[in-house]
Amino acid sequence: MKVSVRGLSVAYGDRPVLDSVSLEVGTGEFVSLVGPSGCGKSTLFGALTGILDGATVSGTIQVDGEPVRGAPFGYMPQQDLLFPWRSVLDNTTLGLEVAGVSRREARERARALFEPFGLGGFEQARPGELSGGMRQRAALLRTVVGGREVLLLDEPFGALDALTRTAMQEWLESMRERYGWTTLLITHDVREAAFLSDRVVALSPRPAGVRRVVPVDLPRPRTRSMLTDPGIAAVEAELLDVLRS
Amino acid sequence: MIRRLAPSLSLVLGLLVTWQVAVTVTGVAPQVLPSPLRVVEQGWAFRAELWANTVPTLQVTAIGFAVSLAVAWAAAVAVDFSPWLRRALTPLLVASQTLPVIAIAPLLIIWFGFGLLPKVLVIALVTFFPVAVGLIEGFAATDRSATALLRSMGASRWQRFRLVRLPGAMPSFFTSLRIAVTYAVTGAIFAEFVGARAGLGIFMQLQRNQFRTDLVLAAVGVTAALSVALFGATYLVQRLVTPWYREDHR
Repeated sequence: MKVSVRGLSVAYGDRPVLDSVSLEVGTGEFVSLVGPSGCGKSTLFGALTGILDGATVSGTIQVDGEPVRGAPFGYMPQQDLLFPWRSVLDNTTLGLEVAGVSRREARERARALFEPFGLGGFEQARPGELSGGMRQRAALLRTVVGGREVLLLDEPFGALDALTRTAMQEWLESMRERYGWTTLLITHDVREAAFLSDRVVALSPRPAGVRRVVPVDLPRPRTRSMLTDPGIAAVEAELLDVLRS
Repeated sequence: MIRRLAPSLSLVLGLLVTWQVAVTVTGVAPQVLPSPLRVVEQGWAFRAELWANTVPTLQVTAIGFAVSLAVAWAAAVAVDFSPWLRRALTPLLVASQTLPVIAIAPLLIIWFGFGLLPKVLVIALVTFFPVAVGLIEGFAATDRSATALLRSMGASRWQRFRLVRLPGAMPSFFTSLRIAVTYAVTGAIFAEFVGARAGLGIFMQLQRNQFRTDLVLAAVGVTAALSVALFGATYLVQRLVTPWYREDHR
């Protein structure tokens, strides 16, 4: 397994947030986490990236069967967090810059991805000039350009309108197909989870534990026509059922 | 530019005309209230003296404000990096602003003489607080998720400061800078009022003692012009330092 989380519990003081969560993601797999608002999904990403302050964390997190070393996770937060004082290109090189890659090399590596990410010609634009969908693509570009082994996407399309969101889901599927990313996705949208994932992990309300893991047995690449596939609908129904009970 | 200034210019013009007419109609003595025309006329006649006193005031303002900015930056950055310093310095910062400058300034003259130092201290005392607070709160207003993003990238505290907290604090800094710069000129005038060899403050006091109300008002006019010019200059600096801000707030 690429990533395996076992018995992960997180508490702030005597307030438990995660209760013995276990999940696994294989290389190139796409796994989604769905759960009620505020159940602690983002805390799980915080535990993976090691940025939880003042929390008691227990359980094990392994990458390739070893305890986490370095920074294998590329984290994409809910907001795009493109900084207005940097051009789009320089926003996407932020992680490389932090890692000490020279500015020239960082720009070269990021620039190579602008075309495939549908951002060609916007390298020198300011983030404010981009549409909502483009901003999310730029944020994803920033996440993947670092070459991290596992992507953690925290509701990346939550703030987009429904049409753009559907287009972005299809786009993400095509990009995943092309680059073979290993991905963990947090979402509220059970249809999004069903459409994009190999498996969907349904979490309980806080303190979050795993309620059920629902496999999605549909061929890849997923296409728009599959949105109405009975397989997707069945997964959706099962998830809603689990989440409501 | 002209169009944007037109409303305030016409308002000022209207007030001046009213003032001129009132003085002419009532025939009030110029020692009590000179007409605006007389203020301008006499100010022009004494332009050499006014200028000779404006230069030292500008000098003191520039040096005092520069010192104040340097100390405010140092304090704000230190506070941002150290929670202990934040707790230690915040009450002192607030206290510095509640000091009655009117009572402290004469003491500063007694302690440090008529030279540059007491004036610099007065200016620093009145301008330090808004700049320091603007910076400290600007740094602290950094989005928590931006911090989380940077940390997930493995950024050090210093990298987070340089890449996010510092540029993010610029709008807040420039707002506080604008407030402080208007205090700086009046702070300098006030310090000179208490004791100086040259400067607009001492000039005003001398003219007042000779009942030259017109020249006092001429000096007031120069003071106001200086403050407005410095205030305007902050926008120019801001445009140079943070060109992105204008684009996003059009």
